[in-house]
Amino acid sequence: MIAAAIAIAGGAICLAIALTLYRLAVGPDATDRVLALDTLVIETIALIVLGGIAYGTAMYFEAALLFAMVGFVTTVAFCKFLLRGNVIE
Amino acid sequence: MTLLFVILIPLLGALIPPLVIRSGRNACAAATGSVTLLALALLMSHAPAVFSGEVPKAGVEWVPALGLSLSVFADGLGFFFAAMILAIGLLVIVYARFYLSREEPMGRFFAYLLLFQGAMVGVVLSDNIIALLVFWELTSLTSFLLIGFWTKRADARQGARMALVVTGGGGLALIAGLLLVAQAAGSYQLTEILVRGEMVRASPLYLPALLLVLVGAFTKSAQFPFHFWLPHAMAAPTPVSAYLHSATMVKAGVFLLARLWPVLAGTDPWFLIVAPVGLATMLLGAVIALFKDDLKAVLAYSTVSHLGLMTMLLGFGTPMAAVAAVFHIINHATFKAALFMVTGTLALLASASMAGVPLFNGFLSKEMMLEEAAHTAYLGLDFLFPVLASVAAVFSVAYSARFAIGTFLGPVRHDYPHHPHDPPLGLWLPVAVLVVPVIAIGLFPAAVAGPLVALTASAVIGGPLPDYHLALWHGLTPALFMSLLAFAGGAALILAFRRVDGVRARLPPLDAKAMFEAASGGLVVACRRIVAALHDGALSRYMGVTVATLVAVGGYGFWSATHAAGARPLLPVTAPALTAFLALVLASGAVLLFHGERLTALILTGVVGVVVALAFLQFSAPDLALTQISVDVVTTILMLLALNLLPKTTPREGSRAVRWRDGAIAGLAGLGAAGLAYAVMTRNGTSISDFYLAQSKPGGGGTNVVNVILVDFRGYDTFAEIIVLGIAALAIYALLDPALKGAAVRRIKAMLPRDEAKDAHPLILVVATRVLLPLSLVVGAYIFLRGHNAPGGGFIAGLVVAIALIMQYIASGYGWAAERMKLDAQSLIGAGVAIAGLTGLAAFAFGRPFLTSTFGYLHWPLVGEFELASAMAFDLGVFLTVVGVMVLSLAQLSRVAHRVDPSPESRAPMDVPLEGAASGAAGKED
Repeated sequence: MIAAAIAIAGGAICLAIALTLYRLAVGPDATDRVLALDTLVIETIALIVLGGIAYGTAMYFEAALLFAMVGFVTTVAFCKFLLRGNVIE
Repeated sequence: MTLLFVILIPLLGALIPPLVIRSGRNACAAATGSVTLLALALLMSHAPAVFSGEVPKAGVEWVPALGLSLSVFADGLGFFFAAMILAIGLLVIVYARFYLSREEPMGRFFAYLLLFQGAMVGVVLSDNIIALLVFWELTSLTSFLLIGFWTKRADARQGARMALVVTGGGGLALIAGLLLVAQAAGSYQLTEILVRGEMVRASPLYLPALLLVLVGAFTKSAQFPFHFWLPHAMAAPTPVSAYLHSATMVKAGVFLLARLWPVLAGTDPWFLIVAPVGLATMLLGAVIALFKDDLKAVLAYSTVSHLGLMTMLLGFGTPMAAVAAVFHIINHATFKAALFMVTGTLALLASASMAGVPLFNGFLSKEMMLEEAAHTAYLGLDFLFPVLASVAAVFSVAYSARFAIGTFLGPVRHDYPHHPHDPPLGLWLPVAVLVVPVIAIGLFPAAVAGPLVALTASAVIGGPLPDYHLALWHGLTPALFMSLLAFAGGAALILAFRRVDGVRARLPPLDAKAMFEAASGGLVVACRRIVAALHDGALSRYMGVTVATLVAVGGYGFWSATHAAGARPLLPVTAPALTAFLALVLASGAVLLFHGERLTALILTGVVGVVVALAFLQFSAPDLALTQISVDVVTTILMLLALNLLPKTTPREGSRAVRWRDGAIAGLAGLGAAGLAYAVMTRNGTSISDFYLAQSKPGGGGTNVVNVILVDFRGYDTFAEIIVLGIAALAIYALLDPALKGAAVRRIKAMLPRDEAKDAHPLILVVATRVLLPLSLVVGAYIFLRGHNAPGGGFIAGLVVAIALIMQYIASGYGWAAERMKLDAQSLIGAGVAIAGLTGLAAFAFGRPFLTSTFGYLHWPLVGEFELASAMAFDLGVFLTVVGVMVLSLAQLSRVAHRVDPSPESRAPMDVPLEGAASGAAGKED
């Protein structure tokens, strides 16, 4: 049962990543691409958690936690750069 | 061990004068003097042993297998030289106290002087020849500082540079020469080499070794044709000249010849080279000295001449001549030091000794020299040495007389800018102390200098002493006639000086300094041309050459060997793996297309970072995955900060053909790297990782092998890396601080975005990051603490905490965050390196090598079994350094942008004024 759920979820995440990559490639703005990167990080978190369930290990969870905790900082930095130029002011 | 301290005390004592100078010049001189006095007292405590024939030794082993040790010994020669260096050094310190004016940096002067003194004592006491060479080079370097002490004077700088080039260059030859000697003798210890003279002389290495050693000794002791640097070194302050040219620096070459005399002397090549070089130097120095009008120049060339005399005597290779050489070293040191510090009538006595007037010590050793020269035949010419030595003696008498008459007995001048006054006690006392032996030895040579000469000479000869007498009257010897001839000739020369000088003035002038400057200038220009041709500053060119070489060498290696496909079965391709692979390929390919647009390229590399983290996780490298995730964030912020100050697009450079060529090189290199990775991954090989995996728990006490490698097995590497990291951050700080001023600021300002959002500190961001701070810190602490056994450790924890802090900088602004950072980043870096270093040093307390780790298990209530490893303290050092480095470099970059475009800072963005708190500061928004 859980194996089927993992397979379906995995397929969905992979599809999401593919769509995100499309946005990343097409753009057209830097803002689109930043958002694509941000979405990609979230999809990666999902993929990692899914992997943790599939392999039955808690180690993956910590990587997901760290991604969630610091991953958004990149997006914030990009946004501040686009909006204000200087990231730290 | 006290013998070793004789060297170390002046070297370490050099730290004292710059500190003590704050308490005044007298205190500074007294402190310096007591350092030297202490070293001298320690040396003298060995005097009874040395005089009774023992050879005190001391030393510490460093790498015995390579023959490296810091070992010293004091036989007669070394003891005598060390005592002379320290004793005259003491007098020079007293003299310098009164010589240097109030404005001159006395602390620095005495620091250089002590460093030089320590290096000189090191040269004369070293047993290990590698240590000797190190001290030898140190004397060249410190004498450079001393000669160039008056840095504002061009001649001082040029003289210092010339001395450094000549003596330092000779030092290089000496390194090669002494290594060959050691090779021939089979030992690096002088005490052993000295008894293996036969072996060295029989070796085929003897001749090259001899030539190289002689180049080293001749350059140092200013022997012809390297004599030209010494007079220019006179641009130094007078105490330095007195020290360097009477007792120390230039005597080092003579010392070396004497030191190696039992090993190298006594052969035809030795006699044929050393004796005529000494003779030529003696003659040339005396002749030039006569025609110099500057007091110091006369003394400089006189020093050259006397050094030639000593070299010639050592070059004769007979024990009797060696005794005479030693005797003259003693005499010259006393009268020459006195002459440099020339004051009043005392200097008359010293110059009488320099001329070789009877009843002064210079007479005795000069008589011995003439006696030896009289018996020497060179290549069958038995008149060459006696005649030329007599001529040198004639000139020597003449210049001494001219020196004395011109200075003290000439007409009285009245056109001085200030009225001349009698020198203070401190200026004439050292001279008086030196003049006492000049006369005492001259009157009662055997009684005063006999034991010292015997002691030193027997150490030089390394065998039984010849039958000699130190006496005033030797009977009607050839030397006596030569002496008389010298006085008569000298007197005639002085009387006819104007006419002789006129002849000299018509000879073509030969300016050694101009020639040297032209030669060295030409060399510098040529080197610059070569360097400029090779290093044109284009990074793409360096990369191109490097990568093309790699491709060529790798390609040759591949095609010149046989190989088969790897046997390891491939893993199945899963959908997530394929997606990640596609993302990686797409992002990397897109960087190629968009690399001109820097921001897009940065976003795309972000994607690459994410995929790489995933790959690390998939292939069982959670430590690397965690590091990758956090490093990616920090690098992106760093790049954005830099990009703010840089053009947003990369200009196209080079023609189409050049780009295709570079593309081909890069493509081939990429294919090669991929092929190598594929080849490695499809094979089962053994590697060192098995050892680490097996040893991690028993050897390092941790189950996380990555962390154990970092903080324990390869702790040395990590220690060096955090030091480099700290230096890099401080360099960023220092370089960016003054970098952006004037034109650069205007240029960057023109690039900055014209219209920007008005809200510098958005509410949601500020609140979210402040809530996240404690959570992130807890995660950081957690990752740090468990790092030894599970993924984590100081490096990752440092990155996480640094990100948590930088988040505050981004959200609430630099001013707000910096005000609340109670620890500045520089202190964090310093504390980190210090803690890691001290942890390593703590191992010494238990008699273990640097960075040996230990661990134990504690049972804590509530926490349970808890491991405590010394590596954890080391890891704390890593942690602090990483946090400090990140915060310092990112914050400093942001300060640059702030200076370019100062936006009004909000002191307290989104701060809610508390009840009763002063509401003035809070809530003010821009």
